[in-house]
Amino acid sequence: MPYDSTDREIMRFLQGDIPLESRPYKNLAERLELSEEEIVLRVKKLREKGFLRRMGAVLRHRQAGFAVNAMVAWKLENEEQADRAGKIMAGYKEISHCYIREVPPDFDYSIFSMIHVKNEERLAEIIEEISLQTGIGKYIIIRSSRELKKESMQYF
Amino acid sequence: MNELSRTDREILNILQADFPLTTSPYRDVAKSLNLDEDEVIARIQAMKKSGLIRRIGGIMDARSLGFYSTLCACKVPEQRIDEVAGIINQQKGVTHNYIRDHEYNMWFTLTAPSQDEAMQILKSLQNDAGIEVISMPAKQVYKIKVSFEMSETDAL
Repeated sequence: MPYDSTDREIMRFLQGDIPLESRPYKNLAERLELSEEEIVLRVKKLREKGFLRRMGAVLRHRQAGFAVNAMVAWKLENEEQADRAGKIMAGYKEISHCYIREVPPDFDYSIFSMIHVKNEERLAEIIEEISLQTGIGKYIIIRSSRELKKESMQYF
Repeated sequence: MNELSRTDREILNILQADFPLTTSPYRDVAKSLNLDEDEVIARIQAMKKSGLIRRIGGIMDARSLGFYSTLCACKVPEQRIDEVAGIINQQKGVTHNYIRDHEYNMWFTLTAPSQDEAMQILKSLQNDAGIEVISMPAKQVYKIKVSFEMSETDAL
């Protein structure tokens, strides 16, 4: 069993917004009849095992000064390009997510990168650099114009 | 956001990248910045209120937890956007949904306990909304980064 029912309860607590108090785990510890130290130890283990990717603050990009948030999808000319391109993109601090996705035949653009920058000039600059470095000339910028939903996943 | 102080930025960086895994995380943040714990909590409270901080908690790893996630897109006629968004957004596991400027104009993410369940959900969403949805799961992940360094030179 990779995680037990107590870990589940802890993850249920962590997936939300934890209390902004001096001892945020105090109530949870009381409810689970554990010490706060035991909770923290379990949180550390969940992170070591990779269930918890990160602990901390989640910001709203736009309000954090990243006015331009663009999804850029790139067209691979051959499979050999993929790995190198993925690694190059991952190296940019302005790129938060980079994946190769399974796409339908009519879609064609399979490397997806999420770019967060302060202005359009920087976006154009990054795209040009990546294009030169990877040799991928075809890409589409898929901008969002309206947010219909954004929330954290509730796993448990 | 222009008045975000140097102290706030330092707090944000720690909260994102180095959130203390201790029983009193805010006291430890305060200590490392030579501040008072009450002041740190008040500053974080203000940044939550302004909307800059969405939440403080854990970011789980869907894959490690055995969940399946996919990026979906569909072509929704302009006049049906609100109606279709209503159907899609009420589905558990749909965490993000955006209107984007592409032929596929509605893009949403779906996370479910298994691939089978995800496919079932997509099937019923397609039925309920009367639209076709394409699913583009990641086959290779190069980067998932969820924190943003708030450097001193950032013009916020």
